[in-house]
Amino acid sequence: MTPIPFDKAAMIQGLYSILPELVVIATAIAVLLADLFLPERGKKTLCHLGIAGTVVAFLAALSLGPGRIDGFSGMIVHDGVGLFITLTILATALLTLLMATGYSEWEETQKGEFYALLLFSTAGMLFMAKGTDLMTVFLGLETMSIPTYCLVGFHRDRMTSLEGALKYFLLGAFASGFLLYGIALMYSATGTTKIPAIAGMIGDLRLFGNPVFMAGVGLLLVGFAFKVSLVPFHMWTPDAYQGAPTVVTAFMAAGVKAAAFAALLRVTLLTFPALGPVMTNILWVLAFLTMTVGNLSALLQDNMKRMLAYSSIAHAGYILVGLVAGDVAGGQAALFYLLVYAFMNLGAFGVAMLLAHKEDDGYDIGNFAGIGFRYPVLGGLLTLFLVSLAGIPPTAGFIGKFYLFSAAVKNGYVGLAVLGVLNSAVSIYYYLRPVVYMYMLPAPGGIPVPRPPRTAFSLALCISAAAVLVLGLAPRSVLAFAERSILSLLM
Amino acid sequence: MTGVALLDQHLLSVLIALPLIGAGLLLFFPRGGDDAIRKFTLLVTIAEFLLSLSVVARFDVGAAGMQLVERAPWIPQYGISYIVGVDGISLWILMLTTFIMPITILSTWSAVVKNVKEFMVFMLVLETAMVGVFLATDLFLFYIFWELVLIPMYFLIGVWGGERRIYAAIKFFLYTFVGSVLMLVAIIALYFHHHAVTGVYTMDLMKLYELTIPVKLQLWLFAAFFLAFAFKVPMFPFHTWLPDAHVEAPTAGSVILAAVLLKMGTYGFLRFAMALFPVAAADWTPLIAVLAVIGIIYGALVAMVQKDVKKLVAYSSVSHLGFVMLGLFAFNLQGIEGAILQMVNHGVSTGALFLIVGIIYERRHTRLISEFGGLAKVVPVFCLCFLVVTLSSIGVPGTNGFVGEFLILLGAFKVQKWYAVVAATGVIFAAVYMLWMFQRVMYGKITNEENLHLTDMNGREVAYMLPLLLFILWIGVYPQPFLRRMDASVNAFVTRFEAKKQAALAGSPAGETMLVRYFDVKKGGAR
Repeated sequence: MTPIPFDKAAMIQGLYSILPELVVIATAIAVLLADLFLPERGKKTLCHLGIAGTVVAFLAALSLGPGRIDGFSGMIVHDGVGLFITLTILATALLTLLMATGYSEWEETQKGEFYALLLFSTAGMLFMAKGTDLMTVFLGLETMSIPTYCLVGFHRDRMTSLEGALKYFLLGAFASGFLLYGIALMYSATGTTKIPAIAGMIGDLRLFGNPVFMAGVGLLLVGFAFKVSLVPFHMWTPDAYQGAPTVVTAFMAAGVKAAAFAALLRVTLLTFPALGPVMTNILWVLAFLTMTVGNLSALLQDNMKRMLAYSSIAHAGYILVGLVAGDVAGGQAALFYLLVYAFMNLGAFGVAMLLAHKEDDGYDIGNFAGIGFRYPVLGGLLTLFLVSLAGIPPTAGFIGKFYLFSAAVKNGYVGLAVLGVLNSAVSIYYYLRPVVYMYMLPAPGGIPVPRPPRTAFSLALCISAAAVLVLGLAPRSVLAFAERSILSLLM
Repeated sequence: MTGVALLDQHLLSVLIALPLIGAGLLLFFPRGGDDAIRKFTLLVTIAEFLLSLSVVARFDVGAAGMQLVERAPWIPQYGISYIVGVDGISLWILMLTTFIMPITILSTWSAVVKNVKEFMVFMLVLETAMVGVFLATDLFLFYIFWELVLIPMYFLIGVWGGERRIYAAIKFFLYTFVGSVLMLVAIIALYFHHHAVTGVYTMDLMKLYELTIPVKLQLWLFAAFFLAFAFKVPMFPFHTWLPDAHVEAPTAGSVILAAVLLKMGTYGFLRFAMALFPVAAADWTPLIAVLAVIGIIYGALVAMVQKDVKKLVAYSSVSHLGFVMLGLFAFNLQGIEGAILQMVNHGVSTGALFLIVGIIYERRHTRLISEFGGLAKVVPVFCLCFLVVTLSSIGVPGTNGFVGEFLILLGAFKVQKWYAVVAATGVIFAAVYMLWMFQRVMYGKITNEENLHLTDMNGREVAYMLPLLLFILWIGVYPQPFLRRMDASVNAFVTRFEAKKQAALAGSPAGETMLVRYFDVKKGGAR
C-alpha cells in the first residue's frame, strides 16, 4: 500500500468548501472559552457572540456562491442544494439566537453550554446538508443530534423537559442505529458510501434485485424518517417538542427538518427514480400518513407547543409530497418550503414565547384569550404566522404549498395532491383556534401582560414576518434560486 | 407618472389597491378616534365608488372582450401574471361591490362600537379582495383574491357577530375553504394540461379559454370547480353554512355576504366553470338545474317557517340564488343576462333587507317576528322603505326583482319548460313568506308596548337606504342601460360556449359525455 501524499491544494479547497461550518464551530469554541472568563451578569455577551458568528457564517456561505466546490475527495460538496439549505439553517440559527437573548433571561438558559450546544448542532446540520457521502451524512446527523438531546433536556428541574429528552435520546439512538446499519448494507452491496457513486450503479439490474441493498435503502429511510418525524416514526416529537425549552423547539422544528430533508433529498432524487415505483409508493404512503396523522392529532391539542409539534409533523408530510414528485419541480418546491417553514414556524414560536409566562402550562391556549385587541402587533403577527402555516394566500405558506402540490399534479400524483389540500383544510381548524382565543373569546382571568420583547427579539419577529410576506408576494427570485439548486444537484 | 396618467392607464389596479391603502392608513389612526376612523373609511369607499363610475364611463358597450386590461409579469418562469380586466359580465358586479360598500360603512355608525378601527380595516381589506376577485383574469391571481376574502369575513363574523359567532365563523371558513382547495388542484391540473398541449405555462384565463379540453378531463375539472362555487353560492345542499353565517354576522357582514360574497360563486360559474369546461357544464346541467329548482322551492319553504326575520332573509337568499343558477345554466342570452341582472338585484334587495333588519335590531335588540306587530303606525318612513324592499325581493313588476326573474324564467323556458314552470312557483312562495312576514311585523295591533316608542329612521339611515331604493326602481322600470352593457360579452360567451362544446365533442368518442357511462368505463378499464 502506498502512502497517500499530502495534497495542499486539495486540503485548502476542502477547508474552503466548509467555510461556514468552520466559522460556526470556531464560534462555538469561542463561546465555551469566553464562558470561563465572563462574570455571571455578563453571560448575555455569549449570545451576542453567537449571533455575530452566525452572521459571519451566513456571509461566508454567500461568499462561496452557488458554484460547486468539492471537498475532501468527495466526502462533502458545496453545491446549490448545499448553499440553499446552509442559508436556511443559518437563518434558523440566527433567528433562534436572536430570540434566545430574551428567552434565556426568562427561563434561565443564559449559559455558555447552551449557546455552544446550539452552535455545534448547527454545524452538524450544515455538514449533513452538504454531505455527499453517507458517512459524512451520518457524522453530521450525530453532531446535530447529540447536542439537541442535551438541549431538549436543558431544563433539568422540569419533568417534561427530562421526559422529552429521554424519549428523544432513546428513539434517536435507535434511529441512528438503523441509519448506520442501512449504510453498512448499502456499502456491502455496492462497495461505496458515496451517494453519486451509488446512484451511478443503480441502473444495474443486479443491484436492483439485491435484497441486501434494498434492505439498506429501507433502513436508511427509516433513520431519516425518525429525524424528520414521519408517521409512524413520530412518537417522540410531541413530547420532545413540548418538553424542550421553547426556543430549542423552534430551532429543532425548522433546523433539523431542513438538514435531514436535504440529505433525504440527495438520496431520493438521485436514486429513487431508478429504483422504480416501489420506493415512490412507500414515500407516497408515508407522506399521506404523516400529513393526515399530524393534522388530525393537532386538532385535539390545547397546548400551543404540542399543537405546533403535530403541525410540524404534518408539514414534514407536505414536504415529502415534493420528494414523491421526485423531479426538479418537486425538489425545488421542497427546498422552498423548508425555507418558508423556518420563518413561519420560528415566528409562531417566537410570539408564543412572549405570550406564555412559563413553560408547560404557560402555553395553554386559554392564556391567549383577549390578547388580540389589547396587543394588536403581537396578535397580528401570530395570526400572520398561523395563516401562513395554514397555507392561505397571500402568505409564503400558500406559495410553498402551491408548488408542492403542483409538483405532485405535474408528475401524476393528483390523488396525493387532493389528499394534501384536504389536509390543509383540516389544519385550518386548529390554526384558527388560537386566533379565536385571541380575538373572539373573553379573557376570564384578565388579559395577561406579555413579556417585553428585547430589540433583538423584535428584530427576529420582524425578519420572520417580512420573509413570510415577501416570499408570499414576490417569490420569484427565491423560487428561481431553488430551481437552480436542484438542477445543480441533478447534473 | 402624474395622477391623471396613473388613473388613465391603471384604473383597475387603483380600484384594487385603494381600499388596501386606506386600510394601511387606518392603522395609524389613534385608537380613541372612532369618529375620524368611520369618516375616513366612508371617504375611502365613496372615492372608490366614484372611481368605479369612471369604469362605466370608459366602458365600450360594443366590445365583447376584456377592457381596461392591465398586465404585468409576476412569477414569469411559471407563467403567472398579474392580469386584470373588466367585461360586460363583471362590470355590474364590480359596480355592485363598490356601490354597496359606502352604504354598509354608513350603516355601522351606531351598530359597531367595539374595536371600530379593526372593523374598518377588515372591511377595507375585504373590499380589495372582492374587487380583485371580479377583476382578476389570471387564475392564480383570482385564487389569491378568492381566498383572501375569507380572512376578513371570518373576523367580521367571529369578532363582531352574535352569540354563536365563533361556530358560524369557523363553519363559514371551513365549508368554503374545503370547496376552494379542490378547485386549486383543478387549476393546477388545467395549468399542466395547457402546458402539455401547447408547451406554454400560463394562468392567463383568456389563453386557457382557447384550449379544447378532452371531455374526460373536463368532467373532473368541472367537478372540482363546481364544488368550490356551489359552496359559495350556496346551492342546495351545500347551503348549511349560510343561515348560520348570516344570522350571526353583524349587519354589515350580512349585507356584504349577501350582496357580494354569494355572487362570487355565481360569477365563478359563469366566468370559470362554464366558460372553461362547456361540455362538462352542459352535461351537468340537468343535475344543476334540478338542484337550483330544489333550492328555489326549499329555500322558500324553509323561509316561510322562520321565526327570526334575519334567518328568513337568509333562506330567501338560497331561493333567489337558485334562480340565478337556473338562469346561468339555460345557456342563452336571456337566461344569462337575467342571471347577471338578478345577481345585482339580489345584492341590492337582500342587502337592503339586511339593513332593514339591522335598523330594527338596533332599536329592539331582537329579530323575532313575534316581538313586533303594528310598527307601520309608529315608524312610517321605515315602513315605506321596508315595503319597497319587500316588493322588490318578491319580484313585483316595477321593481328590479321582476325584470331579473322574468328574464331567467324566459331563458329557462326556452330550454326546458318544466324547470321554468316549477321555478315560477318559487315566486309565489316568495310572495307568501315575504308578505306574511311583512304583515306580522308592520300591520295589525301593537301587541308589544316596547314598540310604541320606537324612533323612526334618522337622517343617516334614510341617506343610505335611498340609493338602494333608487336602484330598485330604476332597474325595475328601465333596465336597458344595464342590459345593454352586458349584451356583447354575453353574446360572445354563448357563441364561444357552443363552439367550444362542439370542438371538444368532435374530439371525443361518442357517448363519453354521459356521466354514468363514464364512471362505468372508469370502473372497468385500466388506469
